[in-house]
Amino acid sequence: MVKKLASYLKEYKKSALITPIFVVLEVIMEVLIPFLMAKIIDVGINNGDVHYIVKIGTFLIISAILSLAFGMLSGKFAAKASAGFSKNLRKEMFHKIQDYSFENINKFSTSSLITRMTTDVTNVQMAFQMIIRILVRGPVMMLFALLMVLSISPKLSLVYIVAIILLGIVLVYIALKAHPNFEKVFKKYDHLNRVVQENVQAIRVVKAYVREDYEKNKFKKVNDEVYSLFKKAEKIVAFNSPAMQITIYTCIVLISWIGSNLIVGGSMQTGQLSSMITYAWQILASLMMLSMVFVMVIMASSSAERILEVIEEEPKIKNKKNCIKNVKNGDIEFRHVDFVYSDEKDPNKFALKDINLKIKSGETIGVIGSTGSSKSTFVQLIPRLYDTTHGEVLVGGKNVKDYDIKSLRDAVSMVLQKNVLFKGTIAENLRWGNKEASFEELENACKLAQADGFIKEFPEQYDTMLDQGGTNVSGGQKQRICIARALLKKPKILILDDSTSAVDTKTDALIRKAFREDLPETTKIIIAQRISSVIDADRIIVLHNGKIDGIGTNEELLKTNKIYQEVYESQMKGVEENA
Amino acid sequence: MHKKNKSKTIKRLLSYVAKEYKFQFIIVFISIIISALVGVVGVQFIKVLIDEYITPLITSQVKDFTPLLNTLKIMALVYLVGVVCTYLYNRLMINISQGVLNKIRKEMFEHMEELPISYFDSKGHGEIMSTYTNDVDTLRQMLSQSIPQVFSCVVSMVAVAIAMLSTNVYLTLVVAAMVILMIFVSKYLGTNSSKFFVKQQEDIGELNGYIEEMMEGQRVVKVFNHEEENKNSFDKLNEELCDSVTNANTYANVLMPCIMNIGNVGYVLVAVIGGILSVNGILTIGAIAAFLQYVKAFTNPLGQVSQQMNSIVMALAGAQRIFELIDEPIEKDEGYVTLVNAKEENGKIVEVKERTGMWAWKHAHRNGTLSYVKLRGNVEFENVTFGYKPNKMVLHDISLNAKEGEKVSFVGATGAGKTTITNLINRFYDINEGKIRYDGINVEKIKKDDLRRSLGMVLQDTSLFTGTIKDNIRYGKLDATDEEVVEAAKLANANYFIEDLPQGYDTVIRGGGEGLSQGQRQLLSIARAALNNPPVLILDEATSSIDTRTEKIVQEGMDKLMKGRTVFVIAHRLSTIRNSDLIMVLDHGRIIERGNHDELIKEHKTYYGLYTGAIEMD
Repeated sequence: MVKKLASYLKEYKKSALITPIFVVLEVIMEVLIPFLMAKIIDVGINNGDVHYIVKIGTFLIISAILSLAFGMLSGKFAAKASAGFSKNLRKEMFHKIQDYSFENINKFSTSSLITRMTTDVTNVQMAFQMIIRILVRGPVMMLFALLMVLSISPKLSLVYIVAIILLGIVLVYIALKAHPNFEKVFKKYDHLNRVVQENVQAIRVVKAYVREDYEKNKFKKVNDEVYSLFKKAEKIVAFNSPAMQITIYTCIVLISWIGSNLIVGGSMQTGQLSSMITYAWQILASLMMLSMVFVMVIMASSSAERILEVIEEEPKIKNKKNCIKNVKNGDIEFRHVDFVYSDEKDPNKFALKDINLKIKSGETIGVIGSTGSSKSTFVQLIPRLYDTTHGEVLVGGKNVKDYDIKSLRDAVSMVLQKNVLFKGTIAENLRWGNKEASFEELENACKLAQADGFIKEFPEQYDTMLDQGGTNVSGGQKQRICIARALLKKPKILILDDSTSAVDTKTDALIRKAFREDLPETTKIIIAQRISSVIDADRIIVLHNGKIDGIGTNEELLKTNKIYQEVYESQMKGVEENA
Repeated sequence: MHKKNKSKTIKRLLSYVAKEYKFQFIIVFISIIISALVGVVGVQFIKVLIDEYITPLITSQVKDFTPLLNTLKIMALVYLVGVVCTYLYNRLMINISQGVLNKIRKEMFEHMEELPISYFDSKGHGEIMSTYTNDVDTLRQMLSQSIPQVFSCVVSMVAVAIAMLSTNVYLTLVVAAMVILMIFVSKYLGTNSSKFFVKQQEDIGELNGYIEEMMEGQRVVKVFNHEEENKNSFDKLNEELCDSVTNANTYANVLMPCIMNIGNVGYVLVAVIGGILSVNGILTIGAIAAFLQYVKAFTNPLGQVSQQMNSIVMALAGAQRIFELIDEPIEKDEGYVTLVNAKEENGKIVEVKERTGMWAWKHAHRNGTLSYVKLRGNVEFENVTFGYKPNKMVLHDISLNAKEGEKVSFVGATGAGKTTITNLINRFYDINEGKIRYDGINVEKIKKDDLRRSLGMVLQDTSLFTGTIKDNIRYGKLDATDEEVVEAAKLANANYFIEDLPQGYDTVIRGGGEGLSQGQRQLLSIARAALNNPPVLILDEATSSIDTRTEKIVQEGMDKLMKGRTVFVIAHRLSTIRNSDLIMVLDHGRIIERGNHDELIKEHKTYYGLYTGAIEMD
């Protein structure tokens, strides 16, 4: 995992490698400084030698300046490396997600992808910074301090080695024991956040049903669980500082006793004893730092796993080698197409079953069917948003899998049921369809989609800013902008998935008329709830439970198809009576 | 943050601690002092050990180690006390910080539940969420780590400062000068780093916004081959964030080396000046040695404090946002009329406990008497004017009268005010002018909870909760039996798809129902309302995503259920409302036409245009 992650350091590799070098230099200075300080006391002050004090003092100040410089540099490079690393991770994830198919996205769910790109990356970034600074600092510090101790008294340093091992074991034990508990805390935390989020979103339902107290109880329960889990986890970690203190104090007492004996025996000096104790602090402090990093790394590792999952996910729909770049025409053919959603547990639960169909270029096809009859699924196979489970879909006489995906989707334009407009001007939104479109082209597309009129009524016209999701235009206007956007692609096949539902029937008819007259070559597939939207199509497909229940013109279906008759009845009766 | 606000926030935080954890906090306070002092003594101890025990031992003839051993025993005991105190305050601080957080979260949530709808309109959902997550989290860091650490550092610094002063005033002044320099430097770096931390938060927000927008629109992105453009825009924002993260962290990382090395320079200065003083006989050697130790003991905690400053500033800003939420004014409710189950006895209405299918408004009069009015479902608007913002009215002079058992519908374009009207009946919002009466009672006199209990509501945004399908339907009536749940699902025509799900009614819905289609979600929320079985029902675009055939079935069921009760319907599909008793056409916040279907068709005006499809609805 570490190796994989490290490969995303890229241009920040240098900074990431330089940081520990400066950290080491900084540590050397930090170890040197107390050594020089001890000299000032032991030699300079004990002998009253001001000259010596000034000399060592100068060294000391130079060391301090160097230490400062190294410290600043290591800090700077660490910041650069960790920020850059996290940037690369985010970039890698976002780019990968752009290449995902719908299936991939459904697998993760969008909210989880967002968390992975934000919170998880931040966790890894912090842990990474800790690693390159402190994970290097701790052991180096300990090593140098141990060397100094060894040079003073090999016998006494035994005390330290035993202490380090014991404390190390204790700290690792605490960290390992705490980790699963913290995992539990975070899971519970997610739960708590979910309750809050759902309440924020559903506040109207909560209030309409007067369920405030019910929700409060629900929250209280989770909140108390978080409380007790968190307490349990932190209780374990609370042993950290006392453990370290008890080790260090024991060392001091032991060393004082043994040291005193050694001094009295004449094999050690008093100055050395004070140095020994200074180093004791340093050794154990670095061990403490290590344990902190250890806990952080363990916590960040689950974040890292979640990040890698996203990066390593294979896009389900990919280009073949030697793919075709040119879509000849708007012919469509379905040959024995079955489709099962990949997250469906039951492999026999077909969303589409044995669909056989031939559509000629330029035809207008209406699709009608009830909620859950797989109308959207049916058309999404054409631009290869999903791949069929069995059978094949052909566009322009070639299997869709043989095309370059980009070329195929450029040729197949689709207005989705869940229309989305983005923050930006109307013109910017339209240019999603064609980046290079001239103003005339925009205007023309909007005229076809019957959108030009109302856009020109806005004070800013085509430069009107849309809010995220296009919430500041009405539903009907939004749909017409979306249609215009799709038209700008100059597609060979145009699919409207229930995308004129909020448009009035007259405008709807005008749009269809424009399609007929101005896009005779384009194959048009129109899914609709409203029968008037499909009534004049060349052929109408009635879908029922993922199967084709009937195909034909309005007149034919009225005679032969029961479902079609029912739908027709429920919608058209009143109109005919009253119109 | 403003200084005054800062101290206010701190005070308020402390009040949480003081209220319930006074005793524990005092122990923490004492433990920290003891533990810090033990640390300071530890520094001193080595000098005493050498000066008073080891040196005499070297020179004396009789090597008697007993006094040394005894002192060490005493020291061990002192250290043990220190360790115990350290554990004690760490342990107690967990109680305090987790307890306080638990309380704060609870207060936030309970308060949030009482806030008016307008609060949720004005705040982004992300913003509210981040108060619960980020802000509470930084607060935890501060309570459990920063505060004890800073406090312990301050204690040691004070103790060391006293020791320094008692040793030598002049040298203390040198140290003081260093400290001032350190404060100056850390202030400079701290200001810069917090400036960039703020920028970093903003950049993160912007990037998150972009990610969210594009993830929402991922299907459109695919269909339009817009992946490459997205990557480029993302990279730009990502790059910007990277810059501010780098800057913020650089300043924060540089702080510690600066403080420590200024401390080192101070050390040298003290050594040199002290050396000169000692040569001149003003100071003893031991005193200087001790003083130098003090300098170290003083600068170390100072460095730690400066490191904590960033997180404290961030936590206080978070705490302020938390308190803002808690201080937000809640929904006003001065109602005193309540809703009770009732039955008729000898022509008089009597209150009963069990559900009878009959409800009554219970009026408690000032003179202590009670009177009951039967709930009929008459809703009357009298010249109602309303605006979400004080200077922009969206409803003008609305008068209407919905009578018991009627089906009343609203049609009109988006923004015409249909939903707003229904939101006034249940007092999601309060009107600016006019009166709304429910069975002749001004709705402001009715207790809000009871008012809402009398009004079922099915919204276009379905809002399901994580839990099983069964739980979600049961939301309408918490004590409903399984049979009742299934019954309601059948009525809403939701039973077919539910039974098709792998676990049927026990299938767990996640993330607001991600696996379900919009139409299925609507069927569920209708089932929920059906189970609720309310005296009056409001259907706000409740069937907009359901196909017309299914809708017809659902509607028949609902009509049966609500027979004799008042129903308000908003729909843009006009087939939904054709059989209404009263249809009101709204335009720009005014009622422009009213009547039943046939009457309005005859009028040949807006409704006719809408119905025949000549006029666009949305």
